[in-house]
Amino acid sequence: MDINKNYFEFIGLPVSFHIDQSALADRSRELQKTLHPDRYAHLSEREQRMAVQYMSFLNEGVATLRSPLLRAQYLLQLNGIDTMSESSTPIDPMFLMQQMELREQLEDIPEQDEPFEELESLQAEVSQMLVAFREQFAQQYQSDAFEKAAETVRKMQFLEKLIVEIERLEDRLDG
Amino acid sequence: MAYSEKVIDHYENPRNVGKMNDKDNNVGTGMVGAPACGDVMRLQIQVSDEGIIEDAKFKTYGCGSAIASSSLVTEWVKGMSLEEAAELKNTTIAEELALPPVKIHCSVLAEDAIKAAVADYKEKQDK
Repeated sequence: MDINKNYFEFIGLPVSFHIDQSALADRSRELQKTLHPDRYAHLSEREQRMAVQYMSFLNEGVATLRSPLLRAQYLLQLNGIDTMSESSTPIDPMFLMQQMELREQLEDIPEQDEPFEELESLQAEVSQMLVAFREQFAQQYQSDAFEKAAETVRKMQFLEKLIVEIERLEDRLDG
Repeated sequence: MAYSEKVIDHYENPRNVGKMNDKDNNVGTGMVGAPACGDVMRLQIQVSDEGIIEDAKFKTYGCGSAIASSSLVTEWVKGMSLEEAAELKNTTIAEELALPPVKIHCSVLAEDAIKAAVADYKEKQDK
């Protein structure tokens, strides 16, 4: 085991955006078993510390590879592009306009006659957009168009945030 | 994280929230976004024939600091010339609102927004 490897290699999956989720679950279960603290209890302190390090690396890796957005960001990071901490990057104004409209739509939902139906259809619309962007990312990444892929990831970030807002409103309306 | 009193004031009583017709020739619209936090900001200015900003409106979907930064900018730019508005610095905004380092990017977003609005207005005049 080597934490200098990337998450894909460490877990034993091909470096790719498309990922076999059941293989990921299987591999992570196996590794978790191997790394279980009980198996290290009789070993030296140094080896126990190593095991703890491996375990936390594994947990981070599984969380990263499970989420499409985190996985996409991680793939770009492996190619030297940081999309996680940047705050001010020019974004296509048309896309931003659309994001603004979607958020205005969300804001108006509580006043609608059928808020739950409206919310559901908005959620479906946004989810569909996300799926399309993920597909687009996969293609751009595969053809080494990393800058284009980064633009797509930025768009995904806005939509993921919107999904969180939609879920938040859903909880509020439920409660 | 504790927000400063000024941030809370702008957050609870945002000034100049609203929308202008972005098709109007004397209106400039700036749309900016911060992908890392998913914030979206629209800042609009209405400009007189003499190049003075007569009115400003904003709409921001984001955290308290982003809302406060854009609210403050709309207050400040009223009465300014386009040149003055375009020179507005994020550091001035951050200082006025006492933003902590992790929220400085919200003031950068507001600076980008007013610059984009001025640029959009100028582009319309050149047509």
